[in-house]
Formats: sequence, structure tokens, C-alpha cells
Amino acid sequence: MTPAAAPERTSSGARGLVPVPGPRERAGDRLFRLIVTGFALLTLATVAALAWQLTRGSLGTWRAFGASFLWGRTWDPVNDVFGALPFLYGTLVTSLIALLIAVPLGVGTAVFLTELAPRRLASAVGFAVELLAAVPSVILGLMGMYLLVPAVRFVEPSLERWLGFLPFFRGAAYGLGLLTAGLILSLMILPYVTAITRDVLATVPRSLKEALYALGATRWEVVRGVSLPYARPGILGAVFLALGRALGETMAVTMVIGNTPRISASLFSPGYSMAAVIANELAEAVSDAHLSALIAIGLTLLGVTIVVNGLARLLIYRLERPR
Amino acid sequence: MKRILTILAAAVLSAAPAAAQVRVLNGAGSTFGFPIYSKWFSEYHKAKPGLQINYASIGSGGGIRQFTEKTVDFGATDGPMTDEQIQKAGGDVLHLPTVLGGVVPIFNVPGVKDLRFDGAALAGIYLGKIAKWNDPLLVKLNPKAKLPDMPIMVVHRADGSGTTYCFVDYLSKVSPEWKKSVGLGTSVNWPVGMGGKGSEGVTGLVKQNPGAIGYVELIYALQNGLSYASVRNRAGLFVKGTLAGVTAAAAGAARTMPKDFRVSITNAPGRGSYPISTFTWLLVRRHGQDGKGVEIRDFLRWMLKHGEGEAAALGYAPLPGAVKARVAKVVETIQG
Amino acid sequence: MSGHPARRKRTNALMLGLTALCALLSASALFAILGYIAWKGASAVSWAFLTRLPVPVGETGGGIANSVLGSLEVVGLAALIGVPVGVLGGVYLAEYGRGRLAFWVRYAADVLNGVPSIVVGLFAYALIVLPMKRFSALSGSVALSVIMVPVVLRSTEDFLRLVPGTIREAALALGVPRWKVTLRVVLPSASRGILTGALLAVSRVAGETAPLIFTAFGNTFWGRGLLEPVATLPLTIYNYAISPYDDWHRQAWAAALVLMLFVLAVNLAARLWLRPRAAN
Repeated sequence: MTPAAAPERTSSGARGLVPVPGPRERAGDRLFRLIVTGFALLTLATVAALAWQLTRGSLGTWRAFGASFLWGRTWDPVNDVFGALPFLYGTLVTSLIALLIAVPLGVGTAVFLTELAPRRLASAVGFAVELLAAVPSVILGLMGMYLLVPAVRFVEPSLERWLGFLPFFRGAAYGLGLLTAGLILSLMILPYVTAITRDVLATVPRSLKEALYALGATRWEVVRGVSLPYARPGILGAVFLALGRALGETMAVTMVIGNTPRISASLFSPGYSMAAVIANELAEAVSDAHLSALIAIGLTLLGVTIVVNGLARLLIYRLERPR
Repeated sequence: MKRILTILAAAVLSAAPAAAQVRVLNGAGSTFGFPIYSKWFSEYHKAKPGLQINYASIGSGGGIRQFTEKTVDFGATDGPMTDEQIQKAGGDVLHLPTVLGGVVPIFNVPGVKDLRFDGAALAGIYLGKIAKWNDPLLVKLNPKAKLPDMPIMVVHRADGSGTTYCFVDYLSKVSPEWKKSVGLGTSVNWPVGMGGKGSEGVTGLVKQNPGAIGYVELIYALQNGLSYASVRNRAGLFVKGTLAGVTAAAAGAARTMPKDFRVSITNAPGRGSYPISTFTWLLVRRHGQDGKGVEIRDFLRWMLKHGEGEAAALGYAPLPGAVKARVAKVVETIQG
Repeated sequence: MSGHPARRKRTNALMLGLTALCALLSASALFAILGYIAWKGASAVSWAFLTRLPVPVGETGGGIANSVLGSLEVVGLAALIGVPVGVLGGVYLAEYGRGRLAFWVRYAADVLNGVPSIVVGLFAYALIVLPMKRFSALSGSVALSVIMVPVVLRSTEDFLRLVPGTIREAALALGVPRWKVTLRVVLPSASRGILTGALLAVSRVAGETAPLIFTAFGNTFWGRGLLEPVATLPLTIYNYAISPYDDWHRQAWAAALVLMLFVLAVNLAARLWLRPRAAN
């Protein structure tokens, strides 16, 4: 979901209503329900058609490699040997980095906006963060190439000096790689985390907070003791929705990830993501096997998205019922 | 709501200009050829206002695929179609060379302006066998250069591309090991290095990273002020990938040119030949439909007569005279 | 709530300070991006740039008029397809959406929202371009509308749910059929919210490049109707950005600035539209 400005209650007078007698009313209602249900089904049908297209297009790959396509490590378009593991790995790692950065930052921002900031400041800052979601991905990628990559290359040696005992922070400082891609992604999902967390925090009942204030708690203690625990399920839902977005992000990632189908523990090293390999190779995939493998990657990505969004749904579903 | 829809509808309708008398040809393919093609099609439209030729640079592989699917009227590619692909496209396919280009090794080595490579050195670097700039093999080729003790950062194209095809075509010819372990294609399984998106991406990576080497078409090196190396050709001489070197390679190949123009001119014979050169082709059906074949034929006549002169200004080498004469003959066979 | 009061106060100040820092960082990202694009693009934007057709490399004075108009055409048509589908689907979810089917529709919308846009482009290519044997503005619009639908759908549902139940009940009590209540009472009271959702969806797809490569295709001339290829801003930016020529790079940045301003304007319009009501 695009983080919309917080919806407000609307009211409207009933205009131009003419009462209609009984029996015809039922037929009209049924027709109307059928029509809107039809349109709702269109969404479902689109996903089904998408899945069918991707399945049909990737049959060749599944026939040739079976499920081992998913854990194959080689990607060799010349000899038509394909495996998706490096791309799965790159997609997951960059998305995790993005979450590690964007969730604390977004939750912190949301806490500031709901609990601390004066109303005007809160709406201005909230607005600026939400607009971030409107920046086209291509433009973020350009920014990444010209600003972020040199900055990361500059920082990596010191990171290695301080954290080099971990396998994640070792190796040559190229500036391009999993870390940079994760950083760009974090920027892209930040508005989602912030907006949803803000909405959830706004629903924390006043009475709960005031009870704690009455006991002499500081503001931070109220946030920690009441607001955040109360909002936790909602924040978790936000995390999964953000993850769903991060997994499929294409253009910005491909411009900074280094585009190398290799698995290495270091975040400094170049990697590849599922969406990026599709974007890079689809136009030039001349052989049918290559094209089929790329479509199989697309199907895998669709599968991952379905699972992640399913988890998000489950969390939010659970949270909606007890209330 | 309704008002907005009305406005949107009006915008959509007004976007379709009234003059519908213009005929349109659509083509797609090579990004390498895009600048000169867009120039030609614009000039041709001025000369013949009744016809618009629209070209989308979606990549050579895309060009072949769309041409095969008949979603476009002509294709453009930097690597010729295989026999199997021609079969799939219906067999009735002409490869017509338009211009030539060279792929040059660009590098960013502090304190070094000029470098010389041979096939073994380039293959070694891209296989990961040569990992440092002061490798004995490189030092032997470049006795005058002060090569530093620095790791080589190998950069290649991430997207499939005709540039890659030309470069690895050369490596396959000069290095049996490359041919065996990597092979030939528009995208390959690179043993080392990292991928940049497009020639722009590769140029950017090499420019930004001391110790990097990459390969791009000559024009990218010139426009970005990057140093590019000379490469030893089949005659044993070190030649730079300038227009003269590329044209020489084409001239050398003209004598052995097959009838259908599908020829690789990497590692071409001749003293002045630059070894990493290639033709770029338009893909046309000999028997067109709805008079489109004739339109394409007329354009090709114009291209051979007026268009070739524009090539050098944009960094392409024009067709050698002998090749041009033969292409002209084939162009006349297009019908329909 | 244990510990020394002074220490608790310090923790309080520190943590709240940190949240303020988070907010500062988050908000400054937008300004960094806007500033950078403006700095790179402003010098090349002029009236001529906006109103002329592109010229080949080496000639000066080219513009992006066909891309601007093409983007309006493709995005406008996408909205004509995507907004009604999304709104009516949203009506279903808000008014009837309780059962298992509604769960799956919401799920499908979330999944569709997460599908990479290039895969959507591939879908439209197989669905429209291949059967029609031609690239077209229409196929690009269909691709973009697939991306718009889930956004419009979910925001419509959200805003319809905010319409107070008392309004519905009052109308129903008057004996008005339910479909009429929905169309004439509930939808109009949520119209601002729905419009906001639609505009946000427009601003999202206006910047999409990947779905258009194999559909709208691009055009160096004016587009000739819905069944022919057409130029669009994001695709033009992409083509110019990957070219070797400095002048085209300059134009790419300028076009990026134009696109960014358009997206921002639509976004601002959507949000400001919503705002006056909140003040009431």
C-alpha cells in the first residue's frame, strides 16, 4: 500500500434519494453485488493469469532442472546451465539489510512524530518522509551510483578495521555490492514503515498512557512500556509489507548491487538479486532455455512474494480479530 | 470523480494527432546502433516527410526476438542470427551491414596512460589468471609503463549485449582456454569481476575505481576521456581501436565476406586491422508486406548514398567501398 | 520504572533525542534527492526543451515534448482502466468483503503490489503485444493499470470503511436500495479519499520504466494513436542515460527533473486536496 495521508472521517448529506419499492430493490442489489464482486475477482484473476503465464513460460527450466533449479549455484547462459541460489541469496540479504536499517529508523521517526513533535512539525516531517515513496526507482538508482557508491567505498575500510572480525565486513572496498543495495532499499521502504507505525501508534488508547504518566513515568518509559508493546503486532505487519516491497525492487538495486551471481558472506562483495537479473538479461536472452530460466526466476520471486505477503496477512488478520 | 475522468479522457484523445497520412515503420534492437539510426531516421523523415521510421533500442537479442515474432518491421543486431534462429524467423532473412565499431579495453591505473595487451593477457585477466597489474606477462608487454602492485578489478557488462558478444568472440578466437571454459554469447558466465549495467555502467565503474579494467565501444572511451589500450593484432602489431583500425579490419574481411554478410571480423588479418571490431546489421525480410519492403529498400538506398557519410562524426566506421557495393546489390532484391 | 530519577531523566532525554535524530535523517533524505536532481537538471530545462521533438545526437535544441504527451496518454489511459476496476473492487471489499473470497482478494492485491514491475511488463507483452503483433500505447497502459489496481483497491476500501455506519443506516431506513445507497451516498462521501488514492497510484506508475520497454516501446516522433508505439518520459530518460553522449546525459537529467516535478505535483495535489476537510 502506498502510505496515504491519514484518512479523516467524512460526512455527507443524503442527496437526491428516491425510495424504491421492495421486490425490484432485491434484483438491483443482487446485480450490483455481482458487478462489484466481478471487479474484485478481476484482481484475483490477474494474479492467477500472471502465475499461469510464468509457469507456462518456465516449463522448460523446471523440466530440465526440476526443483534443484532453486539451489543450483551456476548461472551459465552459454552452456544453458541455470541455478537460482545466488539470486535468492542476494535478494534475501539485501532485503534484510534494508529492514535492519529502515525498521529502527522508521519506528524512531514514527515515535518522534506521534509522541514528541508539535503538530505542525509532525505533519511537515511526516509529509516529507511519505513523499520519499514517490521518488521513481530509476532516479534513486542514479543517486545511488553517483552519491552512495563513492560514500560506501570511502567508509568500507574503516568498517573492516572495526568490525572485520565478523565475516560480513571483509574484502576489497568496491562501493558496489550487497551493502549499498541494502542501503538504497532501506531508503525505499522507510516511508512504508514510518507511515504504518505512525498509524498504529495513533491507535494506542490514551487511558493506558495516562495511567502510566500518573505513576510518574517519563515519556520514554511510556513509549517503551505502553505504546510500543501495544503497537508491536501492527509494526510487525508493517515489516512484512515493507519486506514484500523490498523483494521485488528492480531498477535502483541493479544499478548498485554489482550484478555478479556469486554467494559470499561479506556484504562488501558484489551480488545479484532476482529482479535485477530479470531486468538485465531479459532483453538479450536469445536462447529459449535462457529466457525460460529468467521466467522461472520471475515465478520464484512471485512465490516468495506470495509467502511473505501471506505472513503479513496472517499477522494483521490475527491482530484485527481480538480487537 | 467524473470530472477527473473527463479530463483524463480529453488528454488521451488530444494525444493522438490529427494527421494520420504518415506511414510508420517500426524497428528494434541494438543499443550500439541507436545513435546513428536515430540520426538517419530523423534525416530521412526530413527528406521524405510521408514516412516515419521509429526505432527502439531494446538490445540486439530483443531485436532478433521481436523480428522473429513479427512485432516489428525490421530488427537490428550486433551479433548475426544463427542458422537455427533464421529458421525460426521463417528463413526469409537478410543481414545488411550498416556501420562498424570497435570495442576497446579501458583502464584506470594510477600513473599509467598507455597500455598494450595481447590476446593472452586479456584472456588471462578476464579468466582471473592475471590478478595484479604488475604481473610478469603485463610487464613484458609494457616495459615502459610503471605498473603498480595493485589488484585488477575486472568489470564486464551485466546485461546481455552485442559489445560482450564481440569481446568474447575475440577472446574465444585467441584463447583456447576461454573457448573451452567460458565460450561465446551475449551474456556469459564470467569467471571473475563485477557487472555494470550498460556501457554507461561499465564506464562509470572503471572511471570511479583505481585498478579497474573494462571493455566498451570506442565512443564511450572518447566521450568520457578514459585511456584505452592498444591490442596486438593477427599480424603481430599493436593497434588502437580507432576508426582507421576498425575500417582496416573490415577491409581485410571484405575479401572473404560470405554472401549473406554474416561475418565475424574479430582478429582479422591485415597490418592495420584492429582485432576487436564488428559490423552491426539491420535484419530485413526479403519479401515484405503491405509495401513495407519497398519502403525499407528505399531507405537503405538512401542510407548507402547519404547516410554513410555521417558515421564518422558519431564514432562509427563507415562500410568499406567493396562491402558497400555488394550491400547495394542485395538491397535491390528486396520486394513487397 | 526503577532506577535513580536523574538516570531515568537522562535515559528519557537520550532516547527521545535519538527519535528526533531518526526523524531528521528520514526527512533530510527527500531534500537531498530533490536538491541533487534540481542541481543536475535545472540548467537544461527550458520552454523549448518541453515543447520540441527530440533531435539526433550532435544537433542542438532537441526536446521531450512527445515523451511528455506520451506519458500523459499512457498514464491517463492506465488510470481510465485501473481506477474503475480498483474502485469497484474496493467497494466489494468494504461493503460485502467479509468471507473467504474477500480474504483472497486482499491477499491477491498485496501480492500484485509486490510483483516486480518488469514481470508485469512481460505479462502485458504476452497478453497484448504478441496477439496483436504490435507494440502499442495501449499495451503500456494495460501494464501500468495492473500496477495501479491494488493501490486504488486498498485505499478505496480503507476510505469507504471510514464512512460512518449511521449514514448508510439512515438511507437504508428510508427504503433506498442498497446499491443506490452505496453509489449515491457512501461513494460520494468517500470521494476525496478515493481520489487521493487514485492520484497516488498515478504518481507511482508515472515513474515506471521497466513495464514500458516491451509494451509502449518508445518513439522518436509524435505518437499516432493508441495502437502505435509511443514515447514516455521514464523510457526516454533511460535511453538517454545509457547513451555515450554528454548532451543526451544532460537531457536525461533535465527530463528526470521534469518527471520528478510532475510526480511531486500530483502527490502534493492529492494530499492538499484531502487536507481542507481535516481542518473542519
